[in-house]
Amino acid sequence: MAILEKHKAIETHATLLLVLSFLVVTIGGLVQIVPLFYLENTIENVEGMRPYTPLELAGRDIYLREGCYVCHSQMIRPMRDEVERYGHYSLAAESQYDHPFQWGSKRTGPDLARVGNRYSDDWHVDHLTDPQSVVPESVMPKYGYMADTLIDGRHIQDIMKTHRMVGVPYSDAMIENAVADFKAQSDPNADTAGLEERYGTVNLRNFDAAPGISEMDALIAYLQVLGTMVDFSTYTPVASR
Amino acid sequence: MSERNLTRKPGEVETTGHEWDGIEELNNPLPRWWLWTFYATIFWGLIYTILFPAWPLISGATPGLLGFSTRASVATEIARVEAANAPMRDRLVAADLGAIKDDPELLQFATSAGAAVFRTNCSQCHGSGAAGVQASGYPNLLDDDWIWGGTMEDIHTTITHGIRNTTDDQARYSQMPAFGVDGLLEAPQIDAVVQHVLAISGQEHDAALAAEGATVFAENCAACHMEDGTGDRTQGAPNLTDAIWLYGGTAADLTYTVTNARFGVMPNWNTRLSEAEIRSVALYVHSLGGGE
Repeated sequence: MAILEKHKAIETHATLLLVLSFLVVTIGGLVQIVPLFYLENTIENVEGMRPYTPLELAGRDIYLREGCYVCHSQMIRPMRDEVERYGHYSLAAESQYDHPFQWGSKRTGPDLARVGNRYSDDWHVDHLTDPQSVVPESVMPKYGYMADTLIDGRHIQDIMKTHRMVGVPYSDAMIENAVADFKAQSDPNADTAGLEERYGTVNLRNFDAAPGISEMDALIAYLQVLGTMVDFSTYTPVASR
Repeated sequence: MSERNLTRKPGEVETTGHEWDGIEELNNPLPRWWLWTFYATIFWGLIYTILFPAWPLISGATPGLLGFSTRASVATEIARVEAANAPMRDRLVAADLGAIKDDPELLQFATSAGAAVFRTNCSQCHGSGAAGVQASGYPNLLDDDWIWGGTMEDIHTTITHGIRNTTDDQARYSQMPAFGVDGLLEAPQIDAVVQHVLAISGQEHDAALAAEGATVFAENCAACHMEDGTGDRTQGAPNLTDAIWLYGGTAADLTYTVTNARFGVMPNWNTRLSEAEIRSVALYVHSLGGGE
């Protein structure tokens, strides 16, 4: 029982106990977390993923501000019932530019990982303004004020820089043109060649059909791109992931 | 604390040596069953890491002897159900659209499947009972008033490609001009044509204005909505002579529609639903009462 006698030495010295406990927790943490940063099969590069456009990013911030994630998850789990209801299960890569990711674990409302293109913009306006007008059984609150709150993208450049700091590959050109791109996406008369060149496939239209860029525009731009970046008709899952 | 108490008689429980003001802490051994269960869980934990993906190595983690993969397991599960449905599904996809309802077995399969597809994907706009949202642009699918046609083929095409979306080149497309906003008609002309539409739909109207509006209608609206206002399904122009309205049939609603035009969008479902699912839900909608 010699080892237990030594254990007593630890138990009777608070500082030693603290230091050694910290050491044990550190080792545990390193073993669990560090491999995720270097293991190849945790980071799958999938064709089609692009960073959010400035307007979509602003919409994402509104999504966070309003706490949409409290009731809506954004992760279709790899189970048959989920796949049948929401579409192809979510890939890790689909949240690679989300900081923080919006996977969530609470579904008072449905999962939104593939809500993009599932409904018309008009429906989103109606539904966000008065959810019960289209889905009578819904318990979602009303967000009509977003249509009245105009936004000018004054902070979007800084927000994009911040995202770049944590690993989103925004190019210098993207950051330089942040405000212009922000304004162009929902303006049917704008020259969007630059925006499309920088980001690729982008939904270009006046999302809320009302003049000016409102929070409604931004949020719908964000919702309409969710889960639509990866083309699953050409994607082949690697089974080992 | 003190030195271990060595003065106890044999058979008495040992103490841990901790003693505070004469109160000692007994060192009872753990029950054997508990201790062995504890060791067993540690042993099982190790076995588990060998059977399932676990230990991180240089470029990947150990795959585990059982070769478990979440993706493979969901793929297997989906394949199992697909295989079970395959005979009926293949029959459904191979069948002539118009002939599905003549095959009772197929009809039963497709209607049940279609109802599920409808509740999951269509009810958000068209309502869980398919009655749409009156006057908000979400059509009622229970009646026999169709904008793009109510045969199985028509419904099938509408669901497959959608309406006025930007994601399918073959989406059904029609666009009414915004007569007021784009300056095609003056406000008095709009008032007149609205009265005409009220007249042909059998509502209360101003007869004098309506007569004036008939000319405006003939010149501006008849090309799509037909001279008598009964609409044209090939162009997606609604019938204006019945009591069914997509965006409301009051004078105020009509004025708004003529002034600003409407542009309802339906997504294309060919990227989300399989052909069998589209056929099922088309049949379900067709069977709701208005199918032609």
